[in-house]
Amino acid sequence: MTSNTAQRRRPRRILAHGALVVGTVVMSYPLLWLLASSFKEDSKIFSSTGLIPNPVDLANYAEGWTGAGKSFTTFFTNSLVIGIVAVIGNVIFCSITAYAFARLDFRFRRFWFAMMLGTIMLPHHVTLIPQYSMFDYLGWVNTFLPLLVPKVMAVDAFFVFLLVQFIRTIPHELDDAARIDGCGPVRIFRHIIFPLLTPALATTAIFTFIWTYNDFFSQLIYLNDVDLFTVPLGLRMFLDATGESAWGPMLAMSAVALIPLFIVFLVFQRRIVQGIATTGLRG
Amino acid sequence: MRLIVVAREAGSIEGRTMTAAAQERTQDTTGRVGVKRRRYRDNVWGYVLLLPWLLGFVLLTVGPMLASLVLSFTDFDLLSAPNWVGLENYVRMLTDDDRFTKSLQVTTTYVLLGVPLELAFALLVAIVLNRGLRGLDFYRSAFYLPSLLGGSVAIAVLWRQVFGRDGLVNDVLSVFGIEGPSWISDPSYSLFTLVVLNVWQFGAPMVIFLAGLRGIPDELYEAAAVDGAGVLRRFWSITIPLLTPIIFFNLVLRLINSFQAFTPAFIISGGTGGPTDSTLFYTLYLYQEGFAYFRMGYASALAWILLLIIAAVTAVNFALSKYWVNYDR
Repeated sequence: MTSNTAQRRRPRRILAHGALVVGTVVMSYPLLWLLASSFKEDSKIFSSTGLIPNPVDLANYAEGWTGAGKSFTTFFTNSLVIGIVAVIGNVIFCSITAYAFARLDFRFRRFWFAMMLGTIMLPHHVTLIPQYSMFDYLGWVNTFLPLLVPKVMAVDAFFVFLLVQFIRTIPHELDDAARIDGCGPVRIFRHIIFPLLTPALATTAIFTFIWTYNDFFSQLIYLNDVDLFTVPLGLRMFLDATGESAWGPMLAMSAVALIPLFIVFLVFQRRIVQGIATTGLRG
Repeated sequence: MRLIVVAREAGSIEGRTMTAAAQERTQDTTGRVGVKRRRYRDNVWGYVLLLPWLLGFVLLTVGPMLASLVLSFTDFDLLSAPNWVGLENYVRMLTDDDRFTKSLQVTTTYVLLGVPLELAFALLVAIVLNRGLRGLDFYRSAFYLPSLLGGSVAIAVLWRQVFGRDGLVNDVLSVFGIEGPSWISDPSYSLFTLVVLNVWQFGAPMVIFLAGLRGIPDELYEAAAVDGAGVLRRFWSITIPLLTPIIFFNLVLRLINSFQAFTPAFIISGGTGGPTDSTLFYTLYLYQEGFAYFRMGYASALAWILLLIIAAVTAVNFALSKYWVNYDR
């Protein structure tokens, strides 16, 4: 690029940066405002659009943490337990399923693979009612089981597909060498494929956690007992109980609820962006 | 979802197994079976390892799907045994259920406004970001973050506040001397606050667009510039045509997802779909019928209609794609 064109382009660049900065501010303003308001007294939340709370008031957090009738400690514990078990389930069982599809040959494999791809597109409402009555019949409603048992059956077909894709990029020579040394399919999976899958498993784990943590619908349906409530259910109960009267504590707890997502995002930013760009996953 | 990748992959799998099979056959005749064979032919281990998924497929997907089809012809209420009522649920839905009609109308409006706006924003910002500006990573993260948080209850709570009578939006408007309405509780605006919430999450498709834009070779733009093509001309004749597969991919994905939107409407309306059913999303109505009134037969019928709508929209999408999606690179 000659200095001439560089000079001609400079104003445009400044313009683009200006627009992007304005865009960033507009996009993140609600979040910043949430954070700021959570430190303000109720009366001040509505009287100012400003971001700097003065004085900084932690009362909202203290009040909100226990304000829903049950402490958010319970809600966070439940959400994290469900999230972690779901992640473990998906990592193990989606990868086993993916290994079978990608590396083994058995009767009707292609038929089952096509079925598996088909379930990716299925709206879950169409299985909802019978699943609910089945879990109800088993006495599982009001336990974590309806949320967790499906994870050991690799129902999140999208991750299976993602992992199949990844296994295909692992050279077959590795399997062949192991087979000559007398390894069966299980040992090949455990000692060769599974360790090499780490990047794809990380993507699977991250998105499983985010989706499970954000999930509202199935938790709403299956959990009725306050002791089992997760963070989204706790927030919702708080909202119903206090209505418009306790915005400060409400916003404070909303801010707290977003913290785990923020942490995951900050730590795994690159992997998340890559995961979306290459697979079309949604956050 | 993720249809294009899936479709393309299905194709390549065919190709791959065909060659693998051919290889196996030649190896069989030369007697060098086993060592060089690509796939491990083993029916027993294959099915042992597939078993967890297979169980889930039968017990949690196919079984319930068929069951809900059968239940949609009954008056199932969870407590007593279902009675066969024939087509009654479907007839009632189509001829005598104003809330069903309303929920379809609300959902369609939401989808038709939200998805194009979201994708337009995503494309626009991706194009600006793709010019090799400094700080790309920062902007991309800042724009993507709402997609990650947007589905949560916490954000829906925040939205209820931001668009409330004394909320942030009206505070900003009052600076300009405008007195805004109470967006959330006014039926003529409430749905649009949800559309805005959807557009706010344009980051995910933007990231996909960015990846697509990176794949367009610079030489094309340089050659076009040499030939005297201006910015707009290059946009319409290079960027857009080469990006059509990704636009299509995002469109299919977002349409399927948007028809199933639930959480924000539930939280913002307090579970009612109000005011006056103005935010009664289809899935919210389904939830109310099934889990508030326990009309589970009717809810099953609603679920099957949703499946048919989504399937039809997706099919139309694919049928139309051959007129505008450009696959030959």
